[in-house]
Amino acid sequence: MTRATHRSAEEIGRTEPGPRPLPPLGEPRAGQPSVAVDTVLDNGLRVIAARHGVVPMVELRLRIPFAGDDPMHPARAEVLAETLLTGTARRDRVQVDKDLATVGGDLHAGVDPERLSLSGDSLASGLGTLLDVLADALTGATYADHEVEGERDRLVERIAVARSQPRVIAREELQRHRYGDHPFVREVPEAEDVAKVTAEEVRALHRESVLPRGSVLVLVGDIDPDQAVAEVARRLSGWQADASAKEIPALPEVRGGDVRLVHRPGAVQSQLRFSAQALPRTDPRYPALQIANLAFGGYFSSRLVENIREDKGYTYGAHSSFEFTRDNGTLLVDADTASEVTAAALLETRYEFGRLALVPPTETEVESARQYAIGGLLTSTSSQSGLASMLVVLGSFGLGQDWLAAHPQRLREVTVDQVAEAAALFAPTAFTGVVVGDAEKLSDQLRALGGVVLP
Amino acid sequence: MVEPQLHRVTLPNGLRVVLAPDSEGSATTGRAPVVGVSVHYDVGFRSEPEGRTGFAHLFEHLMFQGSESLEKLAHFRHVQGSGGTFNGSTHQDYTDYYQVLPSAALERALFLEADRMRAPKITEENLRNQVDVVKEEIRLNVLNRPYGGFPWILLPPVLYSTFANAHNGYGDFTDLEQATVDDCAAFFDTYYAPGNAVLTVAGDIDVERTTELVHKHFGDVPAREVGARPSFAEPFPSSELRGHHADPHAPLPAVALGYRLPDPVGELDAYLANVVLAAILTDGDASRLQQRMIHQDSLVVDVHAGCGLMGAPLDARDPDTFTLTAIHTPEVGVGRVLSAVDEELDRLATDGPTDEELSRVTARWSAGLYREHDRVVSRTLDLGSAELLHGRAELVSELPRRVEQVSAENVSAAAKALRPDARAVLELEPASDASAGGAA
Repeated sequence: MTRATHRSAEEIGRTEPGPRPLPPLGEPRAGQPSVAVDTVLDNGLRVIAARHGVVPMVELRLRIPFAGDDPMHPARAEVLAETLLTGTARRDRVQVDKDLATVGGDLHAGVDPERLSLSGDSLASGLGTLLDVLADALTGATYADHEVEGERDRLVERIAVARSQPRVIAREELQRHRYGDHPFVREVPEAEDVAKVTAEEVRALHRESVLPRGSVLVLVGDIDPDQAVAEVARRLSGWQADASAKEIPALPEVRGGDVRLVHRPGAVQSQLRFSAQALPRTDPRYPALQIANLAFGGYFSSRLVENIREDKGYTYGAHSSFEFTRDNGTLLVDADTASEVTAAALLETRYEFGRLALVPPTETEVESARQYAIGGLLTSTSSQSGLASMLVVLGSFGLGQDWLAAHPQRLREVTVDQVAEAAALFAPTAFTGVVVGDAEKLSDQLRALGGVVLP
Repeated sequence: MVEPQLHRVTLPNGLRVVLAPDSEGSATTGRAPVVGVSVHYDVGFRSEPEGRTGFAHLFEHLMFQGSESLEKLAHFRHVQGSGGTFNGSTHQDYTDYYQVLPSAALERALFLEADRMRAPKITEENLRNQVDVVKEEIRLNVLNRPYGGFPWILLPPVLYSTFANAHNGYGDFTDLEQATVDDCAAFFDTYYAPGNAVLTVAGDIDVERTTELVHKHFGDVPAREVGARPSFAEPFPSSELRGHHADPHAPLPAVALGYRLPDPVGELDAYLANVVLAAILTDGDASRLQQRMIHQDSLVVDVHAGCGLMGAPLDARDPDTFTLTAIHTPEVGVGRVLSAVDEELDRLATDGPTDEELSRVTARWSAGLYREHDRVVSRTLDLGSAELLHGRAELVSELPRRVEQVSAENVSAAAKALRPDARAVLELEPASDASAGGAA
């Protein structure tokens, strides 16, 4: 099609000398580990600071446990996150942005049912300014009426946009299906609740819940960790409270059961979402389960991807991953498939659940997953932003740099038998889930397949 | 910060090689033994022939499907089983393939890239399978998603008049289904010659040893003739061009504006003035359009301006697109959105930005680049695309200085050139019958 004369595909795929051998791996090289300080300030805030990498930047992550029982909590929390950085006694919203920009910085807030999170970065030389803006917001956010009203109206629109996304719909349905009305399911607030939130309610929520005790602040970059911690202590000295930030109640165990079909009219593709109970990250069996999960669907070279994508072409991507909360861990498995092949993809996924539990990963599968887990940890934490994000996640579960540094060795020690034992958690009966798609196209096939509750 | 010292080699078969070792001697901690390896081929979706939309991207998928030395699936298994990650992506003017691995796996990564450059195995079975996978990718990212393909697929047919610039780079299903193994063979022989590619290796490498390994693995990939690259130039629009798109899933209307940019290669400084202009317009709460359209007049839910169709500047040759997108409520007609944009552009054209605005943009831009290039994958890919598109990987480290030199007058001139009578306006309208389809 492109030019008149070219070789055939067969000619292209063949050379005179023939196939070549794969070169062996070289000797693993040790990196220069980060120098880190991990301490708790007088106000109860845990601070982890690490000198890492060569670019003259610093990454900031703050996580504040932020649970609430009030039915209006998700709406108030969402408005709080949207307006936390829109003004203080010293700075209006534009000044916040200008001061951050001067040091090449950014700072954003977000909230979920568990935590209020602040993420930012700046030139390392601007750390003082970044911390000053942060401290100013934590101790002096004013939540001006006009800012709250403006963000509230915009949020109502943005929630409509979010709820039109198939992945958001599927996540909400899965959450309700596996956890009922536990506060953990309230990830996107109701628009009508948001519309009712007042500035005074947001200010009250800030006073009650934006608290240092139980929170974790991570700084990673071209910094001296001791000096950085001292600077945090100085700048955040005004952030004080006796009460501790509020943790979400423990989650009920995920129980296996039928998958529920959710009707989305006009959908050309379906979202398959499954979940089963797993283990917390601190469980001694976790490293083996991590390898079993990779072998199942946790990376591209896995049974599920090789089956439903590379063999059958049912999906662009299939994934299996963990979701950790405090003292808990679950498995999440997802794939999006055309309506015509949805039932077939569900069948194959169930088949792979059963196969993992009954025909455990071979030594080759275990070795590949092990190397991927160790290498992936190395590459994902090689950047300042990657390490900062990892440390704040670990930090909010009470873990730190020492756990991270020891994890490759834990993975090296996992045996094939331990992986087989962990793989039993993938039994098909352990999973439940949802399928979101056009029920008119899907119902007949799913009814025939069974194990699906139709609308 | 010490900038990476670049090293270059060109092999006898024409393959251009850029090596960017981690800088030595910076007294710091937290260095990981990681390498990035990428190959950029000088062909993207603008080079697809008529009747084969989406072919460059489909072909990218096939390059992972086995070779003379490796069975189907082996590529993935060898990269990941060495602790690495991989991917590929198709752009207007290039297609890239990359791996990030522990540095102990460097030779393996070079072998894998050389092996598929030399003798990929393209079969009917793999082609049919990957057509199915690509169709699922399009359903996921375009057909089943609100605002899918907005604006990168929807705006070009309004702004551009030639097939090369205007067509859908993801592809129509009928075109994808009609692709043949022989089409693949022709595409490979035409565009995937070593002389049409740039190999980049960055990170924890020794230059001498890496050079040896590059020769060892790529040296005997036979040279093939590389055809002259066609020009995709076409005239600027001479009037405002309008288009409409009905989106069955979107809850709110949206608008995308497309303007022609100066030639990113031949008029780089004028192009960079547009990069600065875009940041002054929409980057941060203090930016002009965010202040005006979101906070002051409540016209839009979201507004974004930027250079490039695929979301990043300096990602294509001429012609390239300045895009501005906004999601707005039905009560706010598109006319009010356009008036606000035009008024702010007029003000910038007449009065220019303030020094403070310029310095803010410069500081954020430099910091953003440092941050981006702290990730070995981004550093590797940016060096490779700069070498391919500009012939100068050095550009990557020169950009902060060049952006700093953009003056208020340069920004005014850029704002003045974004004229209402030479742009495309694409209106996205919710198709109401199905948009009620949330979780019913």
